[in-house]
Amino acid sequence: MLKIKDLHASVEGKPILNGINLEVKTGEVHAIMGPNGSGKSTLASVIAGKEEYEVTKGEIILENEDIEELSAEERAHNGIFLSFQYPIEIPGVSVTNFIKTAINETRKAKGLGDMPAKDMLKMIREKSELLEIDRKFLSRSLNEGFSGGEKKRNEVFQMAMLEPKLAILDETDSGLDIDALRIVANGVNKLKSKDNAVIVITHYQRLLEYIVPDVVHVLYEGRIVKSGGKELAHELEEKGYDWIKEEVNA
Amino acid sequence: MDLKEKLVSSFLAFEESIDAHSPVHDIRNEAIKTFETQGFPTKKEEAWKYTSLNAILKHDYSLFPKQENAIEYKDIKEYFLDDIDTYKIIFIDGKYSSHLSQTTHDGIDVCLMSSALNKPKYRQIIENYFNKIATKDSLTSLNTAFSSEGAYIHIPKNKLVEKPIQIIHFSTGNESALMLQPRNLIVADENSEVQIFERHQSLTDNPVLTNSVTEIYTAKRAIVDYYKLQDDNSNASLIDNTFVNQKDQSHCLVHTFSFGGKLTRNNLNFYQNGERIDSTMKGITIIGDKQHVDHNTLVHHIEPNCESHQDYKGVFGDSSTGVFNGKIVVEKRAQKTNAFQSNNNILLSDKASINSKPQLEIFADDVKCSHGCTIGQLDESALFYMRSRGIPKKEAKALLMYAFSNNVLSSVRIPELKQRITNLIANKLGVNIGFDL
Ligand SMILES: Nc1ncnc2c1ncn2[C@@H]1O[C@H](COP(=O)(O)OP(=O)(O)OP(=O)(O)O)[C@@H](O)[C@H]1O
Ligand SMILES: [Mg+2]
Repeated sequence: MLKIKDLHASVEGKPILNGINLEVKTGEVHAIMGPNGSGKSTLASVIAGKEEYEVTKGEIILENEDIEELSAEERAHNGIFLSFQYPIEIPGVSVTNFIKTAINETRKAKGLGDMPAKDMLKMIREKSELLEIDRKFLSRSLNEGFSGGEKKRNEVFQMAMLEPKLAILDETDSGLDIDALRIVANGVNKLKSKDNAVIVITHYQRLLEYIVPDVVHVLYEGRIVKSGGKELAHELEEKGYDWIKEEVNA
Repeated sequence: MDLKEKLVSSFLAFEESIDAHSPVHDIRNEAIKTFETQGFPTKKEEAWKYTSLNAILKHDYSLFPKQENAIEYKDIKEYFLDDIDTYKIIFIDGKYSSHLSQTTHDGIDVCLMSSALNKPKYRQIIENYFNKIATKDSLTSLNTAFSSEGAYIHIPKNKLVEKPIQIIHFSTGNESALMLQPRNLIVADENSEVQIFERHQSLTDNPVLTNSVTEIYTAKRAIVDYYKLQDDNSNASLIDNTFVNQKDQSHCLVHTFSFGGKLTRNNLNFYQNGERIDSTMKGITIIGDKQHVDHNTLVHHIEPNCESHQDYKGVFGDSSTGVFNGKIVVEKRAQKTNAFQSNNNILLSDKASINSKPQLEIFADDVKCSHGCTIGQLDESALFYMRSRGIPKKEAKALLMYAFSNNVLSSVRIPELKQRITNLIANKLGVNIGFDL
């Protein structure tokens, strides 16, 4: 599904990613952990096509296609979805209309007509039920005045609507209460299939008990310095990152 | 001969050509003197600091086109609100077009200023209202001096006008350059209600300068809902002088949609002569090229317990320029006044600019007054967010701008007009998405 080779990226001339190698196969769940400021969100943004970040070296390949030259919207049309660590507030645009526009623009890019209103409504109903989102919520301005947890749940709602091939969840668990975490994780698991893949960025082992990763990576100073099975997450939870930093610096 | 001289020297002939015994004869004579003394405003005046009339005054405008021009409705249908039933007062090159209009005297008067000025049955209203709130500044005086045609609307007590009234001025380009000075009078008696839509449309590239004056009187509990659509072509300029005099508990809302024209200046003045009055001014400006739009507003809170709301949004592309000058005066006796003003702007290019200046003169101590002005660029992080969900850049920008101006659109109370404006905005932004936010 996704192959990242020796990826270097910088912002305003400052290098942040320093040679990332990562392969995520169809049907897999990968977790990326790592200390604050290590470059996790940057990696996610670079995959999603944020122009501010300059790829100075390496390549990102999605289903055998180098996506370097693709715009953010084209990447979305190709099936990449990023759940933002800090979702953006868009006053004046309701959740429903935003997602309708996103879906129909994606269809347009594929040469399809608008999704019939009836189907759209049905889908909105199903997905909002899956994530236990109150319908009234959907007529509010996107993310405006949403609580931290509501924003995250809304991100996953959008993911459910867009049915991406590769979903990157950047700290989707932070801000969620215990019940919400279960609901959202449950939602992600329902959307998971053998035909798609998920990358979860998290600081906490707890989420990984619900969304069980095939591989856990540790990102440090813009590099993946360690990869392992789900037990690596346990180890990190117990011991923190010092031992990894020591290994790297040794 | 410059335009001022031309205007002054043609005044006598003009006055003789229409009725010299008219009740407004003295008013006109007084007004031309005022104009002659003051001349056209220049950038030296504070209120005109950022708007220069020089470029538009240099044309040799014809003032009184002789030829009558017939236009087929089908050729100009697009400029009308044509999907709903309306009254229409339509002018072509300043002359009333009866075949395009639909006036009435059935319970209400929706007709012409020229008849109101000449016919005895309107004399009382003219004496009571004509030129009573229009100020004595030079441009308004100029209009007053030449006032002879325009819309005359009188809604008697308790009358709710079901159909909106359209006032549309077309110019055909028959003259190489044309100056128009329409004069409108709108009197809404106690407890009446009316909706009005106004636009000025040039049909060719020949220069047109319109200096329009509208006086609106809202009696006790009357509601006047006024919409101005300014989407003219790039050689047409408009100076709109609107004066609203409100009595107790009346509501007057003026929405101004400025999407085109070479130079547009809106002088919008509200005078609150009563209690529990609501005055609302809203505007969306979306322009590009070298267009210029200047909103110059005044709310004069004279009596206690009144409200005013101003909400102006501007999106400026290319080398376009904008001005917002919002003045709020609260008299000492106008306690418990609530006055709100906000002006938000987005600059889409480095060459575009906006000068925004609130002016508050508050003499009462128990008032709520707020004003805010923002100038910014489109939010890049919001754009990336939207694009990452599959919404292309252009559409994402359009959606953001639409959302930005949606507050103003949401209070448009003629659904067809709201749809029309929505389409115009999408059109301006070059996208084809149904914003039904
Ligand atoms: N636009 C930017 N301009 C300047 N520096 C940036 C920018 N974006 C990221 N950085 C820097 O890059 C580094 C990596 O940031 P990033 O957000 O990717 O970290 P992270 O691993 O996601 O951290 P956290 O766990 O706190 O979310 C940080 O030092 C950050 O300050
Ligand atoms: Mg992060």
